[in-house]
Amino acid sequence: MDIDVKKVAMLARIRLTEQETRDLGPQLTSIMAYIEQLAEVDTDGVTATAHPHDAAMPLRADVVSNTNKRDALQKPAPLTESGLYVVPKVIE
Amino acid sequence: MSWEVVIGLEVHVQINSKTKAFCGCSTAFGAEPNSQTCPVCLGMPGQLPVLNHIAVDKTILTGLAINATINLESRFDRKNYFYPDLPKGYQITQFSVPLVDGGYLDIASNDGKKRIGITRIHMEEDAGKSMHEGLDAVSHIDLNRSGVPLMEVVSEPDMRSADEAIAYLKQLHQLIRFLDVSGGNMEKGQFRCDANVSVRQFGAPLGTRAELKNLNSFRFIKQGIEYEVIRQIELIEDGGTVVQETRLYDSVKGETRSMRSKEEAHDYRYFPEPDLPPLRISAEEVALIRAGMPELPPQLRQRFEEEYGLSAYDADVLTQTRDLATWYEQLVAAHPKDPKRCANWMANELLGRLNEQGQNISNAPIDAKTLAVLLDRIDDGTISGKIAKDVLDTMIKTGQSADQIIEEKGLKQVSDTGAIDALIKEIIEANPKQVEQYRGGRDKLFGFFVGQVMKATRGQANPSVVNTRLKALL
Repeated sequence: MDIDVKKVAMLARIRLTEQETRDLGPQLTSIMAYIEQLAEVDTDGVTATAHPHDAAMPLRADVVSNTNKRDALQKPAPLTESGLYVVPKVIE
Repeated sequence: MSWEVVIGLEVHVQINSKTKAFCGCSTAFGAEPNSQTCPVCLGMPGQLPVLNHIAVDKTILTGLAINATINLESRFDRKNYFYPDLPKGYQITQFSVPLVDGGYLDIASNDGKKRIGITRIHMEEDAGKSMHEGLDAVSHIDLNRSGVPLMEVVSEPDMRSADEAIAYLKQLHQLIRFLDVSGGNMEKGQFRCDANVSVRQFGAPLGTRAELKNLNSFRFIKQGIEYEVIRQIELIEDGGTVVQETRLYDSVKGETRSMRSKEEAHDYRYFPEPDLPPLRISAEEVALIRAGMPELPPQLRQRFEEEYGLSAYDADVLTQTRDLATWYEQLVAAHPKDPKRCANWMANELLGRLNEQGQNISNAPIDAKTLAVLLDRIDDGTISGKIAKDVLDTMIKTGQSADQIIEEKGLKQVSDTGAIDALIKEIIEANPKQVEQYRGGRDKLFGFFVGQVMKATRGQANPSVVNTRLKALL
């Protein structure tokens, strides 16, 4: 299985050097080959596992339980202004 | 050449729960920026989502109302993309197995009724809000909306014109408000529509579609679709081909334009959300939700026509919202004698006046019982229907009761035969020429005498008494 390392890196927003791109190709391919062994198992008639724990989803009552902790929560942000996060310009 | 237009719609409906989809943050609109956030909806590491019960119930209720299948086991998945208003780097959505599968809405179309298929309704979370206006090198992000529960209603490509698309959307919009699953306020982004538009020769396979975004009012949806249809037809007729892409509707220029930036990122790499086990619902829970289903617009319209003898038009007007229908039934309960008169007064007089003042029935200055008293006063002859309209004007302005206004302004109708007779005699004396002509056969002059009596009583004479007495004395 051939992996387009540049595309995967772009989608994941990871910047790679030329060397890293060259090295990662065969590594990722061997990981995929390892996982592909699973395809050898005959799974006809077996229901797909939805989740490793066979638990149903717990649900939450619709009650407001959080208070405004903006100051604390915004502390790690590099830049804020009047309570808004400031980020490099994004526009369509 | 003759072209067929094919439209499918994706509608994002904000569920009106008090809290977000996966955390206990408030969803109240208009709060201070970022004041309604927590580590879960900010995407902090190690936080776990817990699904909101009400959001599930409301999605099921909507599914039942469109005659869909409720999947007793559904799944959540991650849709991965990078944007600053999506702090986790993925949106939790239902990709592989949605909660609601298949259904339909019937719309009115040129040739009667048309059924529009609904492919699915899935639950997901909203993103935050980015602001760019008036900013140079930066954007501002408010994450209060991050994690607000949405249901995405995906239609089949069953619509054949912008008008059909609008009819479907209005039907869906009315439904979600009737079910009280969403406020449906388009200006607040509670009901957002994307349109998939393509054209083809009649009978040909589906053409390539463009997805239109930024259609934030019914008017823009219609304009955007109509522009896009012409663009595609002209493109094909000039020998070009439509490319599959996302296009942004620009309401100022009235055109759609390509959003190229979205193209490269169209690989969402969905995978099962490991933080959430499957959502399992019991058949009993579904039955319970079904039992709580309110009467829906089509049934309500039919009942209003049959039970109260309303015209199709009045029944339609009075079932536009649940508030209107409830108000009307309260009015009928307080003035049971004449449901049709109730409908007339509510639909034509009251709503017209409220509309002029930019008000609606839910913030009307008078309640149904107050209006019922006014109708009672027409019935018992205290005032004429004409005077009643003036009284209603004052009621809306001041919130006073009909009786108060009639009393204060001395509007009580004159039905006393003695008083009216005396007036008529004066008028006969003052207008000998007209009396002579009338008696000589000019029947049309009767109206002149009625007018004189009304003028003298400032419209307060009881019209039927005036008629009988005039005939007798002339």
